[in-house]
Amino acid sequence: MTIDAAHSAPATVPIGVSGWLRANLFSSPLNAFLTLLGVGVLALIMPPLVRWGVLNAAWSGGLEACKAVQGTGACWVFIAEKYRLMLFGLYPYEEQWRPLLMMAILIVLLLASMNHAFWRPRLAAAWVAGYLAMAVLMWGGVPGLPFVETDKWGGLPLTLILTVNAIVFSFPIAIALALGRRSDLPVIRTLCILFIEVVRGVPLISVLFVASLMIPLFLPSGMDINKLLRAQIGIILFAGAYVAEVIRGGLQALPKGQLEAADSLGLGYWQKTGFIVLPQALSLVIPPMVNSFIATFKDTSLVIIIGLFDLFGSARMAANDPAWRPFYVEGLLFVALIYFVFCYSLARYSRYLEKLARRGEVR
Amino acid sequence: MSANDAGTPIIRIDHVSKWYGAFQALKDVTLDVARKERIVICGPSGSGKSTLIRCVNKLEDHQQGRIEVDGVTLDENVRNIEHVRREVGMVFQQFNLFPHLTILQNLTLAPIWVRKMPKKDAEAAAMAYLERVQIAEQAGKFPGQLSGGQQQRVAIARSLCMTPKIMLFDEPTSALDPEMIKEVLEVMVGLARDGMTMLVVTHEMGFAREIADRVVFMDRGEIVEQAPPKDFFANPKSERTRLFLSQILGH
Repeated sequence: MTIDAAHSAPATVPIGVSGWLRANLFSSPLNAFLTLLGVGVLALIMPPLVRWGVLNAAWSGGLEACKAVQGTGACWVFIAEKYRLMLFGLYPYEEQWRPLLMMAILIVLLLASMNHAFWRPRLAAAWVAGYLAMAVLMWGGVPGLPFVETDKWGGLPLTLILTVNAIVFSFPIAIALALGRRSDLPVIRTLCILFIEVVRGVPLISVLFVASLMIPLFLPSGMDINKLLRAQIGIILFAGAYVAEVIRGGLQALPKGQLEAADSLGLGYWQKTGFIVLPQALSLVIPPMVNSFIATFKDTSLVIIIGLFDLFGSARMAANDPAWRPFYVEGLLFVALIYFVFCYSLARYSRYLEKLARRGEVR
Repeated sequence: MSANDAGTPIIRIDHVSKWYGAFQALKDVTLDVARKERIVICGPSGSGKSTLIRCVNKLEDHQQGRIEVDGVTLDENVRNIEHVRREVGMVFQQFNLFPHLTILQNLTLAPIWVRKMPKKDAEAAAMAYLERVQIAEQAGKFPGQLSGGQQQRVAIARSLCMTPKIMLFDEPTSALDPEMIKEVLEVMVGLARDGMTMLVVTHEMGFAREIADRVVFMDRGEIVEQAPPKDFFANPKSERTRLFLSQILGH
């Protein structure tokens, strides 16, 4: 008896383009309808979008070219003209290589930290050294690097500084708050609940206003914490409260038997927490945690209301030039693309982490 | 009784009572365990047998009475509790291996961090215990990759790595498929033969017959009857014991 391969294969294996179409796009009347609906929507949206963004757009030629296509095409000249302002804000033009180099260092550090093969003590040392180098680059005040006060910092470097600091410093605070909220000690528990609920219960804008306007009132005169630092602390505490609740979810999802096993082996509280509880709880909540950090990244754009010009604020500022004002949408699209690149990278990294955390856990 | 012959008891449970809210889980339980004694505790579900052995390493608090383990009284003092837990190993119904650690890491964690043993020594000891439960070739795997019987043997080896003086078993074979029960019981029999003090909550009456020095029958939070297995199975004294034995051995 002979059985050829075609017969022994499953009957529904799609063959060729038409087979793929049938299997993926037209497998049922509902799917066929949704496919046609999708095609229809694209057919409505895409042509005007391509016409505006590509075909009719002004790619070069200065303000005149843009004025000529205004209303029918995009003015990408605006971005070519203003990208330095959008990317670096009011940082002195001649010195903008410094924030650029700072970002390069930061991104190298971030990329290295993302790979778990590099998770060694030396990485922490690299971060400390990197922070120092970045601080010197941004502030200056050493021979060859003129001092640049933080009021002049802006654009993408400011957004990245605010976000990375928020994540790095809010994470341990969040862990402490989440553990504290489940503590057996009533004072610690109450303080943690109070902090989390108060910070969560108010908008970030008000936290920033408090940080920028009210904290100075409480400080002794003469002592002044700089505006950027105040905003940074506000964002860290805000993110900390949110992430604390995410982590608490992970703590609660941990089976009781894990704690009993750790107890019965004689592990103390910190050993149990460090080796058994946190590794499992944190890996359970990677998706919502990254979600929180992505939100934090975008939330930093609110610092505009206390007069700091981050990436978003700088883009708005660029469009304040009366001649270019009609083309602010192009500027916003440009920064939106930058936000998207970073946020999507974070989302992808989240999936890598989830896979890493799940290795070996065949259930 | 033979139980108290071998010098001072290693475990003294003295008039212990425990409540969950209004429900009394343990009623004035008194039990002494001699060194190297092997005790099987049986009884219907909800009889308090698991609760009792979980009080011995303070996974559960008792509200009345006194529990002393190897000369240390279990009170609210964390040092005492941690001391007792170092000396008492426990094997759970659900294994409770740490899923994010490899088998070897599961075994070496407590010796390294609680006993402050050098990593190399801890790993050598762990491999010896894995050898003993015949599972050494799985050392690099994660718990989720092992069968239930293998996981339970790892759990026993994990406890042994702390070189405990006493081993508590809380229904160690109840979550296992029938064909895996034997491999776990064999390990436990070997342990008993080597002279480990054991408190075993189980329905495996064959194991009790073969290994136990004393069988304790509990019902509704109290010890109803205790006797060497021969007497316990041949002529149970109380009506409740007879009923329980007929139910568990009847088919």
